[in-house]
Amino acid sequence: MSDTFFSGAPHWTWFIILYFFVGGIAGGACFLAAILDWFGRTEDRPVVRTGYYVAAWGAILCGLLLTVDLGQPLRFWHMLVQSHNFPTIMFKAWSPISFGAWVVLSFGAFSVLSALGVMAEEGRIASPALRAMHRGALGKLVAGISALLGFSLAGYTGILLSVTNRPIWADSPWLGALFLASGASTGAATLILLAPGRGATERSLAWLSSFDTQALVVELLILVAFIVSLGSVNRVWLSSWGWGLVLLVGVVGLGILAPLRLHARRQPVANAARLVLLGGFLLRLATMFASEGIERYRVAAGM
Amino acid sequence: MPDAMGFFTDTTVCIGCKACEVACKEWNQLPAENGGIRELSGDSYDNTRRLDGIHWRHVRFIEQFKGPYDGRWLMMSDVCKHCVQAGCLEVCPTGAIIRTEFDTVVIQSDVCNGCRACIAACPFGVIDVNPVSGTAQKCTLCYDRLKVGLEPACSKACPTDSIQFGSIAELRARAQKRVDQLKAQGVDAHLYGADPTGPLGGLNSFYLLVDKDEVYGLPHKPQLPSRNLARSSSFSVASAAVLGILALVGLRKRRMDDMGGAGGRVGGGGPN
Ligand code: SF4
Ligand code: SF4
Repeated sequence: MSDTFFSGAPHWTWFIILYFFVGGIAGGACFLAAILDWFGRTEDRPVVRTGYYVAAWGAILCGLLLTVDLGQPLRFWHMLVQSHNFPTIMFKAWSPISFGAWVVLSFGAFSVLSALGVMAEEGRIASPALRAMHRGALGKLVAGISALLGFSLAGYTGILLSVTNRPIWADSPWLGALFLASGASTGAATLILLAPGRGATERSLAWLSSFDTQALVVELLILVAFIVSLGSVNRVWLSSWGWGLVLLVGVVGLGILAPLRLHARRQPVANAARLVLLGGFLLRLATMFASEGIERYRVAAGM
Repeated sequence: MPDAMGFFTDTTVCIGCKACEVACKEWNQLPAENGGIRELSGDSYDNTRRLDGIHWRHVRFIEQFKGPYDGRWLMMSDVCKHCVQAGCLEVCPTGAIIRTEFDTVVIQSDVCNGCRACIAACPFGVIDVNPVSGTAQKCTLCYDRLKVGLEPACSKACPTDSIQFGSIAELRARAQKRVDQLKAQGVDAHLYGADPTGPLGGLNSFYLLVDKDEVYGLPHKPQLPSRNLARSSSFSVASAAVLGILALVGLRKRRMDDMGGAGGRVGGGGPN
């Protein structure tokens, strides 16, 4: 039995599950918006604009969720600045939680900048200068940085779990890649659902749906690699009625295979997108609770 | 700089009196659980069950009984191992966890913001949240007492000297002698965490055990959480690259389709 079974559960539950889910969507949506901003066409602008809004609101929500989950929420800034050595920066590149705090902050800053640009583009802020900047090289640079930070946000959440000593999470190096792929698929799904409201064209949606299909295939492959890499530990998860079932039926069945089938049959993309979002949420839920629920010592010691 | 200080716990002489648990609670003013109404475990004489934010010492009772007359008790006073390479300290994002001049590991309660990363990082399940402070807490190896030249409350209280406090070098020598003595008596004893070249660079709170490590709730080969960092990060970067390439190839295909469909002209909205 793995040595991870002797550690204690960190009580990362609902707020963190939501944070991981929203962070994945925001990061994925931002990445897709930036790709279309850089390489797309004028007709893709509604998707680009939606993507930056999703990223900005998502980043803000992530910051809030992360803060309310702390035991001492008013000390959230201790992760950014050394509280006893003000104003020296607090940063440990090798600690995903420290790295992540900075990613959330900078992703928030850059995605809000892009969202402000979008507001100028839509005429909601009367600033021709901002609009010109947003559509020019500077705007593209900001978008590129947001996209990289967005993917970092989506992926680091899984790396954070692997860089622990908890069962399942620390028994495989695949969680970061898995959450990142899920961020891409749920980000695309969110854009499929929201971009039509901003006037997205059929062709933009078709591209999103074909990307979503590919992201789901990548996610499925990584999920299989993840489960296999767990070795004998996967039995602890898969044989449990609750979270094993959520993983197999909810995540793989409803969240990946069903939308893939809908995409393949070219059925209404919105239905597929809803299922993808459900699957993305259940993936976080099952991953978190499968490990959170494992009591220390007893399993391994056979006590 | 003082010597590295720590505990050597000889589990063979522990009688399970829990004086250490009580002394620790008293000195550190740790609250009672559940308002003082103790829930019994129901399947063991061990009712504390685990280390957490309000139990910094835990006397583990291991009841090995095959029948009413055939069995033995193993007892072990568990505590933070004050690892030379400490997983909790490695991940703490606020810098709340520090290594002191005594080579012990201490959480500064006024810096900790309760993110709980350290709980998942500790290979031994030592840390948990103290609901009174809302922060992560564990044994400080009585840093406040050490500062004024006192020994920790638990080892001071231990009536059998199962818990011994001192400089690590001295404790290791004493522990090895005790292992030799027990072996000469035919007892299969071994030390856990006394080897500076072993897992985590050695533990500054180490143990003498007479059964497998796992039986005492101790991982055989504890590791640092960062062992997964490089692989996990590179897999994530690789998957990001794959998804990026797929997105770009998709866009290119769309453009090619347009060009084909429009007889070589770029169709749809012009490039942006
Ligand atoms: S035993 Fe756990 S809490 Fe104690 S120093 Fe080691 S990693 Fe930190
Ligand atoms: S809970 Fe406190 S001590 Fe533990 S990692 Fe977070 S900030 Fe550090």
